[in-house]
This record gives sequence, C-alpha cells and structure tokens, in this order.
Amino acid sequence: MTILPFFLWSLLKVIVVTVVMLMSVAYTVLLERKLVGRIQNRWGPSRVGPFGLLQPLVDGAKLFLKEDLVPTAVYRPLYLISPVIALGCALISIAVVPFGSPSVIGPGGFHFFEISDVNIGLLVILGITSIGVYGIALSGWSSNNKYSLLGSLRSSAQLISYELALGLSLVGVVLRAGSLNLREIVESQGARGILSWNLFGGFQFVAFFIYLMAAYAETNRSPFDLPEAESELTAGYHTEYSSMKFAMFFMAEYGNMITVGCVATLLFLGGWTSPFGNLIPLPQNIVVLALLPIFWFVLKVFSFLFLYVWVRGTLPRFRYDQLMNFGWCYLMPLAILNIVATSLWLAYK
Amino acid sequence: MHLILFIVFAGFCLAGAVNLLIQTHPINSALSLIVVMTSIAVLYLLLGAEFLAVAQVIVYAGAIMVLFTFVVMLLNAGREERTLGSRAAIVVGFPAVVALLAVAATVILHTQGLGTAAMRDGITSTQELSTVLFTKLLLPFEVTSVLILIAILGAVALARPGDGERTPGE
Repeated sequence: MTILPFFLWSLLKVIVVTVVMLMSVAYTVLLERKLVGRIQNRWGPSRVGPFGLLQPLVDGAKLFLKEDLVPTAVYRPLYLISPVIALGCALISIAVVPFGSPSVIGPGGFHFFEISDVNIGLLVILGITSIGVYGIALSGWSSNNKYSLLGSLRSSAQLISYELALGLSLVGVVLRAGSLNLREIVESQGARGILSWNLFGGFQFVAFFIYLMAAYAETNRSPFDLPEAESELTAGYHTEYSSMKFAMFFMAEYGNMITVGCVATLLFLGGWTSPFGNLIPLPQNIVVLALLPIFWFVLKVFSFLFLYVWVRGTLPRFRYDQLMNFGWCYLMPLAILNIVATSLWLAYK
Repeated sequence: MHLILFIVFAGFCLAGAVNLLIQTHPINSALSLIVVMTSIAVLYLLLGAEFLAVAQVIVYAGAIMVLFTFVVMLLNAGREERTLGSRAAIVVGFPAVVALLAVAATVILHTQGLGTAAMRDGITSTQELSTVLFTKLLLPFEVTSVLILIAILGAVALARPGDGERTPGE
C-alpha cells in the first residue's frame, strides 16, 4: 500500500474511533448516574432532554465554561502536564483493540474495525497502562497539597501492586491462544460460541475473577476507590484541579474503564464473535454481516460496564491494608497457581 | 522512513540524557530518564525486537521509574544547589572522559566478529525469543534469576524488624 492512502485511512479511523470513544465516555457517566440512582431508589438525571439523555453534553459545556483555577504553590509544568498524561494514556490504548470482524476488508487489504493490528497488542495495552500511573503520581505531588499527595501515593501503590496480578491473570489466556495478538486470541475462542470462550470452555474463570478484581483496583473504582475516599482525602489526587483539567482526569477514569472492558471482552468473552456460534445461520447481507460483530462486541463491553456500576452501587469500600493484603497474599498466588495449572493441562493435552 | 524515526528518537534519547544531567530538581531528572527509556524502546522496535521494546516500557519506564519518582516524592527532595565545581574536575575530568570514550570507541570498532544490526520491518516473534532464551542463553538467564532472588532475600532481611523491635501487638 502506498503511504498517502494509508495515512489518510489511518487518520480517518483515528478520528472516528476517538470521537466514538469520547462519546462513550460521556454516556458511561450518564449510565452510572442513572443506574446508581435506580439502585438508591431515585431517578438520577432526568431533566435535560428525554430521559436526561442530553445531560453529558450539558455537563461538558459546564466544565468548559468554569473558571480554571491554578493554586499559587503548585509546581506548574508538572501540574499542567499530568492531566494530559492521564487522558492521553487512557485514549491511546484503544488503538490496538479490534472491535469488529477482520474478514471485512476494504480496498488495498485495509481493515476497517481496528486502528492497528499489532503482534503484541496485549503487551502494548499493559505498557500504556503502566505509563498512565505517572499522570496520577505527578498530579498529586505537583499540587503541593497533603491530601493530593496521599491520594496519589495510595493510587500509585495500588496500581503497581494490582498490575502484577492483572498481568499474571492474562498469562493463562495467552498460553491457550499461543499468541499475544488480540485478533488471534479472539479467533482461538470463536469456534463453538459461548462454549469455547476462555471464560467457560477454556476453564479460565479463576483468571477472569482475578482480572475482574485487579481491573477494579487498576481503574480506581469502588470497592477499591481508596485514592478518592471522600471522607479521608477529600477528592484525592485531583483535589486541586478544576474546570477542564479535572474533567480530563474524570474522562481518563471512564476511558480506562472502557479499555478494561474491551480487554475483558477480547480475552475472556470471545471478542466480536457471536455467543451462539454457528447455531444461528449468518445473514447474507454484507452490511448486517459487518455490523453484527460490532453489535456483539458493544453488548459485551456494555455488560461489563453495567457490572462495574452495579458493584459500585452495592459494595462498601475496603480499608487500605485489606486492599494491599488481598492483592499480594491472595490474588497474586492464585494467579501464579492458575498459570501452573493451565500450563500442566496444556502439556497434558 | 526508518532512518527518520531513528534520528528523531536517538535525538530524544540524547536530549533526555543531557537534560537529566542539567536539571536541578530530582523529579525532572527522573522524568528525563523516562524519556530516555521510552526512546530506547522505540530504537529496539526499529531493530525488530518488539517484545523487548514493550518489556523495556513496562519494566523500566513503568515499574522501576515509578519507584524512583516515589522515592523522590516521599523524601520531598528539593532543588539542588548549583555549585561551580572544583577546577580540578574541569581540568582533569573533561579530557579524561574524552580519552576514555575514544579508547572505548576504538576498541569496539576494531573488535572482530561483531555483526551489524540493520533496521528492518521484520519482527522477531516471541516464540523465537523464548527459544533462544531457554536454549542458548539458559545459563545466564538462570544465573540472573538467582541474582534477583538474592536481592529479594537481602531486601527482606533488611526490612524485617529485629528481635528487640517487635511491637507487642504483633
């Protein structure tokens, strides 16, 4: 492929995916507010637009128009750059996620439903996540506020501890697929619908449980949202941020949630493949054939996000020592045992 | 294309390294080191070692440098005072560094049997890498792991409270 069409196509894909991603971030916030509202027996936002559907746009406009305060004692360069790091890392990792069937190919061997097909896509996502820690760590330190510093220290310690369990829990899946390429991992579990998903057919439910716990901790979400424990730390690492800078941290959190949901879908829930396998005959219409995998993918990610909000609405927060204890003494050994068991099973087969 | 990328990221790498020395605030130095690490990862990628590149980002830029910044943040290390340095350092130091680098460069350039690495599109797969790691380089690999184990044991021994220090609650 020549360089110019490649460049233009990639640019188009990047723009479309980024816009879709930002819109999903906005509507995940609405989903959370609505669901938590229903869990607590109230309506949630319902005034702006039908069913409150325009609420995210109004919130965005509000955050844009707010006064942008910068406290005098902050360390300016890092204070300004850390929200950018946080949001940038949250948005970049979607670039390697394949969200539709790879059999739909455009002119010149061009894949529509994936920005780039990287051989080591899974590791790239883990690498970007590990860089994202700096956004949080530096924001707390540069704010020159003790609540911010404590919140960011907690958060970075939590991220580092749980990244280990998260990475190890994925090794079982990689062993089964024999590849780090996300597309190949999905194709390794597409044969018999729900029965060949890694979660059920692959006997990786222990790994899925570990991944779920570690993912909640990685994204600083309840019940592991200690960095933002309001009663102890006001707002944690973003206490001193206002206006769009605060919004960037907020968007980064929800962007990370979506990425984590995408990875869970790809690795454990069969990605874009149908849960019914070949039971339902495939439609002949090319448009339906192209859009059906995306529908399954979005549905799976949505149910993962739904679970996120459900957990947030029902479980109380852990104590910090419980969190660290759980991560190092239970999740990590369990993840290592899962790797050993999976390897033994694969060697036996 | 490869050459452009190489020049850009080698430039980033060198600029980060120089900035690391110039900066007076430890946290800026730590951040420049992260720039150096990630640029080196891109150089690995240009040589076709994709696994190594991402491992470099995850391990060095992600894990080790986070610990560095942690220490800086916790100690709340302030700005260094700028001193002019002793005259001996300028008179002896710079020529000595130049001489050392010259000797090292000549030795490396004259060594026989060193292949040249070409920048390419080709990718060394993870499978090939692990085959080499577990057959040809098995001994160094295992020795390194023992080394890390010793370091872990040392850290535990240092951090463990002595017999007299135990609090009654434990």
